[in-house]
Amino acid sequence: MHVDWTIYLTFLGAGVVLLLPRDSKTLIRWVALATGVAALLVGLKNYFDYNAWVNAELLANNGTLRDGFQQIINVSWIPALGVHYHLAVDGISYPLVVLNGFVCVTGILFSWNIENRVKEFFAFFLTLIAGVYGVFLAMDLFLLFVFYELAIIPKYFIIAIWGSTRKEYGAMKLVLYSFVGSALVFIGILAMFFSAGGQTFDILELAKHPIARDVQIWVFPLIFVGFAVLAGMWPFHTWAPTGHVAAPTAASMLLAGVVMKLGAYGCLRGAMMLFPLGLEYWKWWIAWMAVIGIVYGAAVALVQKDFKFIIGYSSVSHMGFVLLGLATLNLIGMSGAILQMFSHGVVASLLFAVVGRMVYDRTHTRQLDELGGLAKVIPFACVTFVIGGAASMGMPGFSGFVAEIQVLIGAFYMSPWLTVGAGVGIVLTMAYILNAIHKVFFAEEEHVGGGASSHGHGHGGEGDSRWNLPPITVPEAVAALILMALLVIIGLWPSIMLTMIKANVEIFLRGTP
Amino acid sequence: MMPVSYFEIFKALGAEAVLALTAVAVLTVDLVSLRRLEMPVRRRKAGMVTLTGLLLSILPLCQQLNQPRTVLLGGTLAVDDLILFFKLVIIVLAALTVVISTDYDLGRHVGEYFAVLLFGAIGMLLLISAEELLTIFVALELTSISLYILTAFHKGELRSQEAAVKYFMFGAVSSAFLLFGLSYVYGVTGTTSLTGIRDAVEASERMAMSPLLATGLLFAIIGFGFKVAVVPFHLWAPDAYEGAPTPVTAYIATGSKVASFFILLKVLFVGFAGMKGSAFWGQFSSGWVMLLAITGALSMVLGNCAAIVQHNVKRLLAYSSIAHAGYIFIGFVAASRMGATAVLFYLIVYSLTNLGAFGVVAALSSRAGGDEMQDFNGMAKRAPFLSLLMLIFVLSLAGIPPLGGFLGKFYLFASAVQADAQHFGLLWLVILGIVMSAVSLYYYLILLKHIYIMDGSDQGRITTPTYLNVTLGLVALAVILLGVYPKPILELLNGLVAAL
Repeated sequence: MHVDWTIYLTFLGAGVVLLLPRDSKTLIRWVALATGVAALLVGLKNYFDYNAWVNAELLANNGTLRDGFQQIINVSWIPALGVHYHLAVDGISYPLVVLNGFVCVTGILFSWNIENRVKEFFAFFLTLIAGVYGVFLAMDLFLLFVFYELAIIPKYFIIAIWGSTRKEYGAMKLVLYSFVGSALVFIGILAMFFSAGGQTFDILELAKHPIARDVQIWVFPLIFVGFAVLAGMWPFHTWAPTGHVAAPTAASMLLAGVVMKLGAYGCLRGAMMLFPLGLEYWKWWIAWMAVIGIVYGAAVALVQKDFKFIIGYSSVSHMGFVLLGLATLNLIGMSGAILQMFSHGVVASLLFAVVGRMVYDRTHTRQLDELGGLAKVIPFACVTFVIGGAASMGMPGFSGFVAEIQVLIGAFYMSPWLTVGAGVGIVLTMAYILNAIHKVFFAEEEHVGGGASSHGHGHGGEGDSRWNLPPITVPEAVAALILMALLVIIGLWPSIMLTMIKANVEIFLRGTP
Repeated sequence: MMPVSYFEIFKALGAEAVLALTAVAVLTVDLVSLRRLEMPVRRRKAGMVTLTGLLLSILPLCQQLNQPRTVLLGGTLAVDDLILFFKLVIIVLAALTVVISTDYDLGRHVGEYFAVLLFGAIGMLLLISAEELLTIFVALELTSISLYILTAFHKGELRSQEAAVKYFMFGAVSSAFLLFGLSYVYGVTGTTSLTGIRDAVEASERMAMSPLLATGLLFAIIGFGFKVAVVPFHLWAPDAYEGAPTPVTAYIATGSKVASFFILLKVLFVGFAGMKGSAFWGQFSSGWVMLLAITGALSMVLGNCAAIVQHNVKRLLAYSSIAHAGYIFIGFVAASRMGATAVLFYLIVYSLTNLGAFGVVAALSSRAGGDEMQDFNGMAKRAPFLSLLMLIFVLSLAGIPPLGGFLGKFYLFASAVQADAQHFGLLWLVILGIVMSAVSLYYYLILLKHIYIMDGSDQGRITTPTYLNVTLGLVALAVILLGVYPKPILELLNGLVAAL
């Protein structure tokens, strides 16, 4: 099965879930999980095949790749508009396809405890996942846009029905932001389509078509900003924290883990690939806005009182690295950006899972001041969060390090000041992650204050007796272990992903002035 | 003038003839044998008769298919494949309306209801094939008067009476405008046939500039503007939509809209092709394109913004359909072959989607006790299947892919950009349309929020007849198919539009 089956299998799974009776909740969960796993396996198998192919090609051609695209299918869909159903993958989309698979499977595992309207939840969830797969595989701008919008609507229902804290507000804000963003993209696509002759929406064809510089300069920001809204680019990021916080765990994981990558991926494919001159013109703007996003996100995360808001703002900060890396337009910076998409996808999923599922579902509070001492009660959650936090800070040995260091180096080539700015962000990241770890997992004595000492005497060395929490369940542990393993594997053996990314970024850079 | 053979006319108007006979048949059958039956059974039986007639009326259409364009009665009526195709659309819409009506409480006058509905359909069919101003007017009146009567069919309800009176008053004024405008057009050009007007305008520069003809055109557009409910001629629509029995609302919002837009397209694209003017940014010049650009822009803005504050589902859909009329005008403004194709494609998608949406509202509101938004709270649990259909219809109206509404909108906007691809002269209108569809998503989601997210006080399951579920399900399927596999119908329309 080729990688396009990820889309079809997931849609099929959503359809099957819809047909099951609503009371057989366990069956629905297992069907959803089977769907997710099947799609992931299809994605992984093709990933490794592609990886082997890239390595062979590189060996045969002195370290360069002539054409990184693997064509899957290309048939005419709407001839009147020159739209093709064209799917293709390269080394930039493959890591994201696999990422989506992992987030889908772990998201389902972390949603195992959902009891309310299970059938609808998994139907919306799988539809969203299928739309995301579609975006990563589409090589026709119209088709990409269709999948992109298809992924918007399920988010509204998932958040508004199963969410918490101001869920309807958060859901509506998120959807309207995304939709306004896609409205900008819509205008940009139409303008580009007709200035490129009005014959085709095929990205690879359009990329060959020279578009006048003045058109590029005003169309590029439309498409770029339109997609960047979803990537959480400052100052269009405000949907992200509220949306993440309102969403149920699996949806936060999806939002931060893959949906924000949809935005960045759209920027790359829809804007950067097609408008080299516009990109050249605007790249400094993008780079500085990215740096502001990095610092701003981290600084705001530092002062948050709500555990989930910390992670929400940290996503804004980390997505800044992606945009910064993309704007550097050099091999190392862009490769780092794409690896960062994968790395942050895993990190954010892991952290949201700890916050939403392991902590909030048990303690029913997310206020830092009310939490504390959880390290002894649910040590597994603590270990998970520390590992995720370390990767998030960019500790060597984890994927975050490999990605961010490359972005920083790439930014240095562009301007040392960018690196300085982003470096400030990294320092702030350490501060808020350590602060969160301390307050949530270790700070029992300080917070309970005077009463704690007598408490401590009474129970002599036991865990904090404020918490009487159920233990970590098997699905949670399995999912967390999968994600942690990914962080370590990519951290220690980055070439498994970086080789294909580098080879394809090189091809992209050949097309820029 | 050639001697007219009545047999020829009968052949050309076969569908209309069948429908007229069916109307008489329904009245008779209802009077003679159905009076004693229980109301639901009586409605269903009368509906069956009507439906049979509608299906039979497709046969004469099939016979005329694939023949060269013929013009009858001295150029008053024409038959070609495009016209036949849209007659078929009207018949399908009427048939769907009949199906929805059988499940809706219509009062005692069942036979009359279906007969008037058929008369309305005849008016629409004539309107589609009319090529001459007076015929257009007569057909439009036949349609409108039938709709006034149908609107008042909720005899016990005050809001139905009020809606009908309002609809009638506005309609009568608009007819007066239209007739007045048409009289000027005739006065200047000396002809009432559309092709005659076109030739006259093309022949002399002076005539195209004539203020009298311009006044005539303006008044005619105002008259049509009332019929298709664009701002500022929309005031009747929300009240009429809300007050009319829901199946009638569906009929007004779909069948009559399709016919009116179709004939407006023909009048403007054929008759007044020489008086376009321009709506390109920075080079406005007077003509119908500019008029339609402005009314279209106003409709999109006002329709969408007013819809946000509505609490009644039918009223919300009324404002949304005002907004959609604005989108459709974008295709008119493009004034190109692609624009015409886009308008016709959108008409099909829009009418099916709206009919489906009103169908669901009709089925659910009569059982939930009202058509206010809160009556739909928790509907996803009470009627999961119809709620799912409503989700599809509403998202299609909002223009979410892969549903038909998205592609229709995309095509309309694309046609407007294409009209001046060099300088993007119509981009202002496209941007307005796209921004307004982002606004529209808000209120569509609010409606879906009531259905899917909020909990209702009443938790009882709602069951609807299977035939209704199947019919509405098929409509939803069509809406999806129009978005996923639009190739055949787009190619068909594109080919047929060449005849315009």
